[in-house]
Amino acid sequence: MATKKNTAIAVPAPSENTQTSTVLFHHARRYTAGAILTLFALLLLLVYLSPFGYMGVTALKSNEQIISGSLLPASPQQFEYQGELYDVVNVPTENGIQQWALVEPGRTTSQFIDPANPSAGLIEWEGRWRGLERVSSLDLQWNNFAIAFERVKFPRMLFNTAAIAVIGVVGTLISCTLVAYGFARFPIPGKNVLFIILISTIILPRQVTLVPTYAFFAALGWTGTWLPLLIPHFFANAYNVFLLRQYFMTLPRELDEAAMIDGANPFQILLRVIIPQAYPVLVAVGLFHFVFAWNDYFEPLLYLINAPELQPISVGIQQFNDLYTREPALLQATSIMALVPPVILFLLSQKVFMRGVVVTGVDK
Amino acid sequence: MTATAKSNDLRVGNTSTTKNYDLRRRRILWGWLFLSPWIVGFFLFYFIPMISSLVFSFTNFDLSRPNEIEFVGLRNWGSLFADPNVGASLLNTLKYGLVALPLSVIIPILIATLLNDKRLWGKQLVRTLFYLPFMVPTVASAFIWAGYLNPETGWLNRFFSTIGITLPNWMYDPQAIYFGLFFISLWGIGNSILIMIAGMQTVPSELYEAARVDGAPPLTIFRRITLPMISPVIFYNVVLTTIALFRFFDAPFMLKGSTGNPAGSTLFYNIYVYRVAFPQQSMGYGSTLAWLLFVIALIVTIAIFLVARRFVYYANEEN
Repeated sequence: MATKKNTAIAVPAPSENTQTSTVLFHHARRYTAGAILTLFALLLLLVYLSPFGYMGVTALKSNEQIISGSLLPASPQQFEYQGELYDVVNVPTENGIQQWALVEPGRTTSQFIDPANPSAGLIEWEGRWRGLERVSSLDLQWNNFAIAFERVKFPRMLFNTAAIAVIGVVGTLISCTLVAYGFARFPIPGKNVLFIILISTIILPRQVTLVPTYAFFAALGWTGTWLPLLIPHFFANAYNVFLLRQYFMTLPRELDEAAMIDGANPFQILLRVIIPQAYPVLVAVGLFHFVFAWNDYFEPLLYLINAPELQPISVGIQQFNDLYTREPALLQATSIMALVPPVILFLLSQKVFMRGVVVTGVDK
Repeated sequence: MTATAKSNDLRVGNTSTTKNYDLRRRRILWGWLFLSPWIVGFFLFYFIPMISSLVFSFTNFDLSRPNEIEFVGLRNWGSLFADPNVGASLLNTLKYGLVALPLSVIIPILIATLLNDKRLWGKQLVRTLFYLPFMVPTVASAFIWAGYLNPETGWLNRFFSTIGITLPNWMYDPQAIYFGLFFISLWGIGNSILIMIAGMQTVPSELYEAARVDGAPPLTIFRRITLPMISPVIFYNVVLTTIALFRFFDAPFMLKGSTGNPAGSTLFYNIYVYRVAFPQQSMGYGSTLAWLLFVIALIVTIAIFLVARRFVYYANEEN
C-alpha cells in the first residue's frame, strides 16, 4: 500500500519540526545528552583501559626500573661534579627541602653540592645521610621500541602475520558465509543434529586433540609451512558459522522470495540479497578472524618452531618471555607495536557499523 | 502495524513455497551444497583428532612412552569416580561459571547499547578503545595482569590505598582470585560487544519509529523491541560463553599455571585436564577427563538450545 521501496535505508532523519524554537530546544537537549553519554563512556574507558597504562609504562622501563618496582619509569638522579657522579638526595634544611648531590658522606656531618649552584662549592650539613631519600626523575626508555623492532625482525614478522591473517580472513569469510547460509535458509533433513555436531567441535578441550592434530599435519608434510594455519580456515568453523547463521535468520525472507520469483538461484540470492544486508556481521567476522590470527600463538609455535623466517609476531614476542631471560619491557614494547595494524583496521571498519545497514520491509 | 503485518506475510509466503515438493527437493540439494565445505572440513580436521582422543581414553597412552600404548578397557573411566580432583575442579568451574555467565552476557549488551546510541560522540574511537584489550596478545596480557593485580606494586591496590581502601590480595586469596580472573575475562569482551552492536544494527528502524510515535519510554523500547530483536545474538553469546566457561583455561593459567593455587581455587576442570595430559604426561587419562567434560558441556548446550526455542525470536523460520 505504501510507496516504500525495498532498498537499504540509512539511519532515519531527525523528526521534522515546524517551529524553530522547538528545533533549537531539541538540539540543545540532544547535545547535552550526547555530552553526558560521552563523558560516561570516557569514565568507563578510564577504568577499563587502566591496565594499558601499566602496559605502556612497563614498555618504557629499563630492566632495573622493573625490578625496583617503581610506579613510573624513573631512575635515581645523579650529578656530575669534578668528573665524578654523585647521587642527588632530598636534604631537609632551614630553607626547606633542598635537592643536593651527596659528595662526601660522614657519620655526623656530610658534604653536599648544590647542582643548581655548583660554583658555591661544598655545603656542610649536619645529620645522618643514610636517612636521606634519593631523588628520582622520569627516565623513559624510548629506545626499547627500537631494540624490540630490531630483535624481533619486526618488518619480516609483520609481513608473515599480515599474510597469515589476511588469507585466513578470506577463507573464513567465504566458507563460513556459505555454510551459515545453508544452515539458515535450507530445509536440510537432520539440520538440527548437524548443527549440534558443528557446535560440538568447539567443546572438546584442545589439549587432547592437539597430539592427533599435529600427527595428522605432520603426516601430510605440512609442518614447517603455513598450511596448518591457513587451510582449515577454508572449511568453516563453528564460532563464525553460528554467528552468521544467527544473523541471517533475523533477516526477513520476503526479499529472498522476491528474488526467487525473479528467477535468481540460491547462490545469486546469497550474493545479491543476503550479503548486502549482512555487512556489519561480515565485518565483525572478518575482524574476529583477523585478531584471532594476529594473536594466535600456540599453533604457529607448534608448526613453525623450526621455521623462524615464517613465524608471525605472536611467536616473535615470546622470545622476550624466555624462562631464563625475561624482558617484560621489550615484550610490552613489541606488543604495543603489534597492536597498531589491527587497531587501524578496526577504526576503518567502523565506517560499516556507522552506516546503519538496515533493510526495511518490502512493499506493503 | 509493521511487525505483525510482516510476520503474517511471511507465514503465508513460507507455506506456499514449501508446498512445492519438487522445489523443496532442489532446495535440500542446494542446502547440502552450501554445507559441504564444513562437512569436508569436519572429516578432515575435526573427526580424526576427536575420535583419536576418544580412543586414547581407553588406553594407557603416556606422552613419555608413546610406543607402549595398550588398551586398558574402562580403567580410565572407572578412575574418574575415585579421583577427588574431578569433583573439586568441576565444582570450581561451576562456582565461577554461574556468576561469570550472566555478567558476561549482560555487560556487553549494556555497553553495546551505550556504544550504539546515536547521540554518543566519537563513536568510532570509543568503540575501538573498548575493543582494544581484546587485541592484546595473551603473552602480554598475562604480564599486564600479574603486574596490575599485584597486591603491593599493582596499580589497582596502590590506587585504592591512596584513598584509604585496602583491597584484597587478588593473587593469593582463594576467594579474591575469582574476581581477579573475572577482571581478566572482562578485558576480552570486545568481541561480544561487537556482536551485540552488529545485532542492534539489524533492528529495522521503522520499529523504533513506530514505538516512538506511540510514545513508548526508552526502557520499554529496549525491552520490547531491542532485546527480542537481538535475542538470536544474545543466544549465540550465551552458548559460546557457556562453552568457554566449561573450557576456562587462559586466565587461570596466566596467573597460576596448572598449580591450582591458592588452596586449589584455580584448579578449574580444563586446568586439571591440562595438568594430567601434559605435566603428568598421562594422555590416556587426560583424554578421559576431556571426554567427560565434552559429554557434560554437550548436554548443557543441547539443553540451552531446547530452552532457547521459547525465547529466541527469529524473523522467520523454515519449517
